[in-house]
Formats: sequence, structure tokens, C-alpha cells
Amino acid sequence: MTALAATNARPTVELAAWARRNTWTLGLLLLLVLLLAFTKTIQPNYGAFGIQGLGTSIMPLAFATVAQAIVVIAGGIDLSIGSMMALTSVVAATLMQGQGDAFGLAVVAGVLLLGILLGAINGALVVSTRVPDIIVTLATFYVWAGLALLVRAAPGGAASPWLMSLASGPLFSEWLPKAAIVLVVVVAVVWIPLARSRLGVSFYAVGSDQLAAFRSGVAIGRTKVAAYAIAGLFGAVAGLSLTASTGIGTPVPGPYTLQSVAAVVLGGVSLAGGRGGVLGPIIAVIVLQLIQNDTTFLGIDPNYALVIQGVILVGVLILGSILESRRAD
Amino acid sequence: MTIATATTDLMLEATGISKTYGAVVALKSASLAVRPGEVHALMGANGAGKSTLVKILTGAVHPDAGRIVVRGRERTVHSPAEARRGGLVSVYQDPSLIPDLDIRANLRLTETPLEPFRHWLAEFGLADLDLSSRARRLPLASLRIIDLARALAIEPDVLMLDEMTAALPANLTERVLEIVGNMRGGDRSVVFISHRMSEIGSVCDRATVLREGETVGVVDVTAGSEERIVDLMLGQIVDQAIPQAKREERRTTNGERPRLAVQGLGLDAKLYDVSFDVHPGEVLGVVALEGQGQDELFEILAGSRRPSGGQIFVDGTGVSFHHPADAIRVGVVYVGADRAQALLMQRSVRENIAVPFTAHLGRWGLIDLTRERRIVDEAVRRLQIDARAGNEVRRLSGGNQQKVTIARWVAGGVRTMLCFDPTRGIDIRTKQQIYVLLRELAEAGAAVLLYTSELKEVQLVCDRAIVIFGGRVVAEVDRADADEATLLRAAYHLQSGAALPEQLAASAAEMATGGPTTGTTEERVVSA
Repeated sequence: MTALAATNARPTVELAAWARRNTWTLGLLLLLVLLLAFTKTIQPNYGAFGIQGLGTSIMPLAFATVAQAIVVIAGGIDLSIGSMMALTSVVAATLMQGQGDAFGLAVVAGVLLLGILLGAINGALVVSTRVPDIIVTLATFYVWAGLALLVRAAPGGAASPWLMSLASGPLFSEWLPKAAIVLVVVVAVVWIPLARSRLGVSFYAVGSDQLAAFRSGVAIGRTKVAAYAIAGLFGAVAGLSLTASTGIGTPVPGPYTLQSVAAVVLGGVSLAGGRGGVLGPIIAVIVLQLIQNDTTFLGIDPNYALVIQGVILVGVLILGSILESRRAD
Repeated sequence: MTIATATTDLMLEATGISKTYGAVVALKSASLAVRPGEVHALMGANGAGKSTLVKILTGAVHPDAGRIVVRGRERTVHSPAEARRGGLVSVYQDPSLIPDLDIRANLRLTETPLEPFRHWLAEFGLADLDLSSRARRLPLASLRIIDLARALAIEPDVLMLDEMTAALPANLTERVLEIVGNMRGGDRSVVFISHRMSEIGSVCDRATVLREGETVGVVDVTAGSEERIVDLMLGQIVDQAIPQAKREERRTTNGERPRLAVQGLGLDAKLYDVSFDVHPGEVLGVVALEGQGQDELFEILAGSRRPSGGQIFVDGTGVSFHHPADAIRVGVVYVGADRAQALLMQRSVRENIAVPFTAHLGRWGLIDLTRERRIVDEAVRRLQIDARAGNEVRRLSGGNQQKVTIARWVAGGVRTMLCFDPTRGIDIRTKQQIYVLLRELAEAGAAVLLYTSELKEVQLVCDRAIVIFGGRVVAEVDRADADEATLLRAAYHLQSGAALPEQLAASAAEMATGGPTTGTTEERVVSA
């Protein structure tokens, strides 16, 4: 009965434990390095400029994927993210057109609030109606998409110049795209405190085992609404980054909903809920984007490129589940 | 801190608690009064309402009526979190740790202070447990101890332990009892639920007995109070005027080959050396309190779980089932208590009955509808299924649904039927029809294994019964002796009741009290 102090571990031990629990993320990182090496061999002059382009192009999907990851960790799924991005994007582009920087900043704040509201509506509907998440958010997908077309029937509007400058070009070093810094800062500011708070732990608890969570004193309904609301926040950031990178608002939803689900799964988040984080899914987004870049560069027929992406996705997941079941034995 | 001395000296007082689920009355005017420093047993046969009462006290279920007073203050608890703030904490039968979170995060969720938790872990001999391991990766016994240590660390006024020792090996059971015993005479209280009379006798001061949702008595626990508790649990056994299925005395089984023979069946920490035979023409009853391993036994026999040891013989041939289809192929079929798991709720009675013999994937081509109709009609007629709402099985009453699950096997010509509490939640008339049907099946040469939570069914339907306690067969009772009192005593493993084979009685008693001889087999489980 004297071993109380024995668990005060040395840093190396903790690092090893961290690595053991994040093998999936580390594996993805390895895949990313291999892909970068492959990219360099097929495009010998791939360099800082390529990395900058990569940073800009991943931003919308990366934020959408973080949103999706949070909902999936809490045991749900949000199919409305694609049209939520469209709605927030056209609202921002329409309001910013011809206005100054200060007003643009106010618009950004308003759009973020709009995202939180849209997400909270999703969550409240899921909790109060007890209709499955997949149905509720499929329905709201059409609602947000309709609203986006009401705001603006055709692509147009404009983004504040400072917002556009956030999405492209480097900062400090030519190897550091601004977009990547924005991504890291925004995600870190929201996710890191969240993951350490009781609310963040509750997301995992509700997604992992609802009965046990209830017995542990977690308010299931409120936790779900909060997860959807925070997903709405990231959905709005994703919409803003669309506006920032294109300079206009587009009312027709992009392919982001299903891509975000794919990236979340590839990123090691269990669709059954309760497992995973946001780092893995973000790396998965970069991996998917690089694969797309490479197939384009190699001049592969875009239809074949889609087949290749799908095969790689399934292949990685099969490999992962084989390794997982090995480890469980 | 000083305790209020005047108004009430009760720690917890619950009065007039009632709860109904639809037409089922789970509790009607149950009450519980616990003194400070007391370990108070909550007793009752299966379905008496113990678990419902605990869930109400900890806010997991809302009562329809009743008052809960803790330390003299009336409380309404709407959630486990609220109950915890009010000083009521429960350790449930199944662990309430989040499987995907590590222990540290689980503690944060319940706002459990870390140092007291470590202290209690050390008390249980788990001081070197890695708090960053995920709950999913820990063995069940450790999870239960963590659950208990967490509850103790919160220092609740009233700690409720629901079958705390059920999944523990002997050495840990002993330690838990010791610690619970040490809480006597302090300023906190424990509500203790256990099926093991020996544990009640060793740690409890008083016992509240529930029967059919009502508190029927409070007993001081002393030597010999077990009989009094059992009497209260049984109540006055009124003569049930249920017409008995006509039967002839079963012919002697000497030399006859059993239809189903089980030898030395074991499953880690759940079943130990279970052996019995079921002969053609016989209904063998299985009697057990909740969670004594009967669920696992039936799952193994039905082919949905693999045993860790022992053998199963069907008609004298050794079998090993990898899938329920393997069991069905040799004529061993399963009827469960939960109809929803067995039926295609949105399909017709006809399709449901026909599924087992049209669903062989190996058989291609069209379904012979004429033959199917003939067989199904025969089964519907024989079981008197009211099939007016037959287009969708989910519209049928529970009793008729259960008849459909039986009919699907009867239609194919049943050889061995495993029935797991088939009359649970069914009206009395349908129950009787099912009793008659089971007898008829046996008469026609089938072997039936029947687990029932209603003890009086044993004499109505079975030829003899085996009693399972703590994963072992502890008694075999002939129909003539299988009255409710005898069966309940045997199920609680009280030696004074039914005559037990001596060596079995001895080993089971050692197990219940944590004797050294069984420790070796069970210690494996903890370290696994």
C-alpha cells in the first residue's frame, strides 16, 4: 500500500504513452511524409510555393472536418455542414461588399454567431425530437441550402481585403503559409481548452456510452447541443475561409459534407463516437488534398483520380482495423 | 462536522415510492429507512423492485409518487449528478465508467478528488493501477473496484451498492466486505444489495425486504434471520388454481441416451464445471437469481457464445457451436425473453414463422409457398395465435409475439428447445397456453430446457430443476419437492432448505465466503 508516488512518471514514459495512444495519428503523419516525398519526386520543383497553395486549398475542408470530428466524437453526425458553409459564406460576402475593415470585422463576428445558432438548432432538434442525427441534419442541409439561395441567387459579393490576405501568402518564412497558421491558431484556441474542460470530456463520454455518461452525471441533451453548436462555429469559420480564398460567396454547397466525413474517418475518429481527436482528421485532410494534387499533376483522368482516392481511403481503413484487432489480442 | 441531533435521526428516509411502466407496476408504495452508520440490506426476489428503487434514489428514474428525505431534508433528484450533490451515490451492477476515456478523465467527469481515490485504490490493493489507461482495456473486476473507489472518494452520505460483489473474485470480495463493514458505526450509511445471504449476514445491520414492489418488512440481521427474510420474500403462498397440464410420470431414464448432455462447462468468471442432462420427453427447469451465469449458459447452448471449457453432446455426439446456425442444424433452438431480438417486427406472422426453414442461404430457387402455408397454418392453429393483426408482428400483443417465436421452431419439428424466461411480461392466459405447449412438446418427444424467473412455473411445467448459484449447479430438485420455498432457499444457497449434494454445497459455500480453495482459479481473472 505504499505505491502512491510510483505513478509520477518521467517525461519519456509519458511520451511513450502518448505515442501508444496516438499511433493512428502518427501513422497518418508517416503517410503524409511519404506522400510529400512522392510529390517531390514527381514534381522536382515542388517547394515553398506548392506548400503555400496547399495551405490555402485545405482551409475550408480542414475547418469543416474539425466541425464534423467534434460532432462525431459526441456520437452524432452533421450532414448539414456543406450547406452551412454556403449560407455563412454568402451572408459574409454579401454584407462585406463595399464596406470598410471595421464593419468587415463585425460581419465576421456576426457570421460566427450565426454558425453557432445554426449548430445549436441542429442539436436542439436532435435532442428534442429524438429523430436520428443523420435525418435531422439531412433535413437542415436543405433548409440552409435554400436560405443561402434566398440570400444570393448567384455567386457574388466580396470579401474584406484583410480577410482575403489571411488565406494566401506566407508569414515569417516562405515555407509557412498564413492559412496554416490561421488553421492552427483557430483550432488551438477553441479545441485545446475545450478538450481539457469538463464539457470536452463530456463529448467523449456521451459518444462512448450514453448510459454510463448519464450515471456519471453528464447532462446528455445539453452536451449534444453544445457539440453541434461548436461544430456550427467551425462550420462558419469554414464558410468564411471559402469567402476568403475565393473572394466571393457561392450559394451552392460544395462537396464538403461527405469529404469531411471521409477525412474524419481517415483521421482515426470512430463513427460510433467517443474515440479520436481533431489532429488526425486535419492531417487526413492534407493527405487527401495531396493525393488530389498529385493525380492532377500526373494528368490522370479525374474520374480515375476519384477511384484512386476511394481505394486509398478504404485501403487505409482496412489496414487500420487489421492492426487494431492485432493489438487488441 | 456535527450531525443534526434533533428532528430526525434517520440518514435516508424514502416513503410511498411508486413507479409503473405502462401496465407493469414496478413499485407500489415502497419505503426504506436507513440510520446513520448502518449497513442496510435491500432484499427481494427477482423483479421485486430493488433495482428500480435504487435507480429512483439516485435520480436515474423518476418516481410517480413518493418522498425522499436525506439527513432531514426533502430531496427531489432529477439526475445522478443531482443525487450526488445531495449525498446519494450508487455503484451499479454494470460499471458506469466511460469505456473510451482513461481513468483520470472518468474521475474528472464525476468531479472525484484524486488523492482519496488513490487512497481507496490502495486499500483494495490496486495502488499501481495506471490512471491513464482506458476503461475499455481494464478487466471487469478492476472496473468494479474503480467504480467503488470513486464512489467512496466522493464520501457520500449514503452509498448504494447494487450487487457489488457479483463480478469479483473471492479475495476482492472479502476486501470489499471488510471495508463496507468498517463503515458501520461511522456517520455515513450503506445500502447493500446482494443475492448472497452470507454477505448480508456478515456486514449488514438491518434488512428491508421488498415483495412485488412493496416493502413487506424490516428485519434486524442476526444469526438465523435468513429464514425470516426468505419467509418475507415469499409472503403467503396462496394456492394458485392454475389447471395443471395433464402428464404421465416420466418414464425412467436408465440407459436412455440424453438428448442434450452438458459436461464440465466453464466460462471465465461466469460458469464453473456445469454438468447436466436433458432427456427426450423431459422439461428440465433452471432456477437462478439474476446474474448467476444462466444467461451465459443459454448463450453457449444456443451457439452465440463459446465456452472456455467443457463439452456439449447432442444425441451422444460431441458438438462445438461457432454460430447459432450450428445449433439449429442439430436441432437445438432458442426462445428468449426478449421477443424484439427474435422477430422481424415489421414482417408478417407467416414470414416470421417461415424464416428458419426458408432462410437457408444454401438453398436456391423459389420458396414453395404451398408447403410453407401448410406448415405455418398448422403452427398458428396449434399455438392458438391470434393472427388478426398478422401483417406486422409488432402489432401483436406480447403474448402472441412470444407464441410466434415458439411457433417458428414448432413448425419445423422441434427436437431440443432452450427457453429463457419465455413468459416474462406476458398475460396469465397466454402463460398457461405456453405451459401446456411446452408439456405437449415434451410429450411428443422433445427435450426442453426452461429457465424461469417465476419459481412457481417449475412445478407447473418441469419434471425436475437444477439450481445455479455463482456459476455452479448447486442443487437438483425433483418436481415433487420443487415448491417455491425450497427453490428460493436453494437459489439463495441456504443449506437449511433443500438437500444438497454435499461436496457441491461445501465448495459453493467456500466460494461465497471467500474461502482459499477456490481462490486460485479465480485470481487468474483479475490479473488477466
